[in-house]
Amino acid sequence: MKDTLANTEKKTAYILTLPAVALVFAIILFPIFANVWISFKEVELKDIRIPEPRAKKIVKSISEDTSKIKILYKLRNSSLIQEIRDVSFQDKFPKNFEIKKLDPRCEFKKYILKCKFGDWPAKYRENFQVEFETNDGSKIDKKALKSIKPKLNGTSDNILLNTDFTLKNFKKVLLDNEFVDLLLTTFYYTFFGTVGSIIFGILTAQMVNQKFYGRTFMRSVLLFPYVAPVVALAYTWELLLDPNSGTLNSLLINYQIIETPINLLGQKYININVLGFDFKLRLALTTVIMFEIWRYFPLAFLFILARLQAIPKELYEAADVDGASPFQKFFNITLPQITAVISILFMIRFIWNFNKFEDVFLLTGGASGTRTLPINVYQQGFAISDIGMGSAVSIVIVALLLMFMFFYFKLLGKRVDEN
Amino acid sequence: MKTKNLILFTLISSSFLIFIVSIWKILATLQGLNIQNFNLQIIFIFGVLISFANLRIGNKIKDFYKSILFSLIFVICDGYLIQKLPLWYNIGIFLILYFFVSKINKYGFENLREQHLTQVIFFDFLTLFGILFFSFVILFPFYMMLITSFKTQIALLVNPLDFSINFSQDLKSLFKSYFVIFESYNFGRYILTSAIVSVGTVLITLIFAIPAAYAIARLNFFGKTFMSTSILIIYMFPAIVLVIPLYTIFSQLGLRNSIEGLLIVYTATTLPVAIYMLQGYFKSIPKELEEAAILDKLGWFGIITKIIIPLSIPAISSVALYVFMIAWNEFLFSLMFLDNPNSFTLSRAIQYLSGDAETPRQYLMAGSVIVTLPVLFIFVYFEKYLVSGLTAGSVKG
Repeated sequence: MKDTLANTEKKTAYILTLPAVALVFAIILFPIFANVWISFKEVELKDIRIPEPRAKKIVKSISEDTSKIKILYKLRNSSLIQEIRDVSFQDKFPKNFEIKKLDPRCEFKKYILKCKFGDWPAKYRENFQVEFETNDGSKIDKKALKSIKPKLNGTSDNILLNTDFTLKNFKKVLLDNEFVDLLLTTFYYTFFGTVGSIIFGILTAQMVNQKFYGRTFMRSVLLFPYVAPVVALAYTWELLLDPNSGTLNSLLINYQIIETPINLLGQKYININVLGFDFKLRLALTTVIMFEIWRYFPLAFLFILARLQAIPKELYEAADVDGASPFQKFFNITLPQITAVISILFMIRFIWNFNKFEDVFLLTGGASGTRTLPINVYQQGFAISDIGMGSAVSIVIVALLLMFMFFYFKLLGKRVDEN
Repeated sequence: MKTKNLILFTLISSSFLIFIVSIWKILATLQGLNIQNFNLQIIFIFGVLISFANLRIGNKIKDFYKSILFSLIFVICDGYLIQKLPLWYNIGIFLILYFFVSKINKYGFENLREQHLTQVIFFDFLTLFGILFFSFVILFPFYMMLITSFKTQIALLVNPLDFSINFSQDLKSLFKSYFVIFESYNFGRYILTSAIVSVGTVLITLIFAIPAAYAIARLNFFGKTFMSTSILIIYMFPAIVLVIPLYTIFSQLGLRNSIEGLLIVYTATTLPVAIYMLQGYFKSIPKELEEAAILDKLGWFGIITKIIIPLSIPAISSVALYVFMIAWNEFLFSLMFLDNPNSFTLSRAIQYLSGDAETPRQYLMAGSVIVTLPVLFIFVYFEKYLVSGLTAGSVKG
């Protein structure tokens, strides 16, 4: 009795979870494996369309005789690169039709014209013509005839399904001169974006954790950049930073802080002089990182605020009794209490920033030294139309992420053991 | 100790004064006032003097009169003697000064002897500074988005600093950009597509997620722990690596440029969060209720529809709002899958609009306002539900 109950429970559980699991598997897990497959292939964007045999039907009358008709089929292979094998053709005709000349490849039975065209190479074109006449001499309705569409079938190789593999893509990705630069850019973007958003998160959480008038409103406002659509925000920033008539540049010029406008999103380097040392700052990258921090510090803020509100008040009261200063309270009570949250946040934000595509894409499109790995996936796959390369870059991303997660959990595991 | 605290106090408070007056000056410049410099030194000197005088006077005059007095002195010096500016500007300055003096009123000479006073002052002013700074930095782009959508191309080019809106014109010319994007750029259609996709995603996600979350929360089955841990790991997985395989598969199946295709992808990407959030809530529902239901011979379908769903309306609605916001804001997949303007979502349409360098930017901003408003409205209105969910790590970004 008990056993059957457990069994029905199991069964129910599988029925309930199956749809969700199947969908997630098909759309998330399967593509990750498919990426591995595609990354070892030489596939371009134009290869992925399956070649189709196509026919355009043109109905022509022969002289004045309305009972006779000529039909021209413009046949072609839709693909410019792949052949189609065993093309078969089928078209229906009214019951009073008789065929005049029959192509040897075809047969006309039960008012259906069936043809076997054999193999069509790439770019294949043929004008295929048949003539009919009605056996009762009645008038032919050309429109009705035209509305019947011929059916064509054929088999072709799906370039994605064959087993030709190559290491070319990975060689190209990894041995590319810019690969190191690409990695560095991605790392800068991810690391500084993450650290910056966490620092701002701590500051704002500390701030909102105090009592002041309009505190709930402030909490909502702080989350605005995080919940608003990225498209709207990115274009607003672009407008704000525009070198020609952007608000920021106009303001700076108005207050005579700068003389010529700075193209914050379009200039790769800017020379900065700090204490007599000249160094080059990657300007566009810095701007993009600023946007990143601006948009994502609210998440850090929210996590840290939730943690701060859970810290027992007695700890601070005890510290007051001991005469601790605000800084001492912050470093000795608050900070240790929020380190766990910060380390989780660091991981989440690091992973998400590492894969962030939209923000950079919308702001700079990857130009002026802001090309990160995700942008590269898009550029390889869609701008250069090399699907195989795009997949290879995706695989590099996944591999780096797995490596990061592995080291992160190893480090975290150690720290947990020590405590 | 006392002098050190005194100096620090005056320094910090006058820097704070500089900061708030500067923000006000920037905002005034953006209303078309010709302000060319911040007069930092003068304001700093005033700040030091006011802070010091405030300490000196202490409680001899009532705080209220003290604040009014200092504010008036400052306004007269700054607004009329140094530069002549309109009344509304000076009223703003007056209010700022009143605020400032009322903030420093709580410090007196006797406080300066207190332990850690410098740090207390530092923290106090840092908080004030932070509140103003972050409000400004966050709200400014939104403010600019809204104002720009009401301006004309020429006005924007002539004086990019003039953010004032001419309310004397009739409504039709004020909202011209909005009329144009609806009439010539087909925004009505994009709003509809976005709404259908977002609401559709919410419904399908809930239909898939509620049973799965119930099973994970309540039933015992092989692979349960594996499933609940893998949910989060799957959630961490980047969308960008899914793009190429999904693009190829969808191309071959003819699902690109279709609402169905978007619905499938959005549902799959939001399912892990939805399941994670729901199962957490379902676990908190007392088991006795279901045991009673089992005695009444209700099947799992009955338990879910008659007990679980009615009891978890708050959690379900917060999940629904989230999924709606994620689907509404989504950009990457709509960029990849949609290239026919007939099937564009709002985000994709705005991006497409910006691709044409000729598009006047007030149209772009009007589109941005339209795509942003529903989300901000939902967020502000349902903030309580949403914040608790956000902390559960839900909205992906």
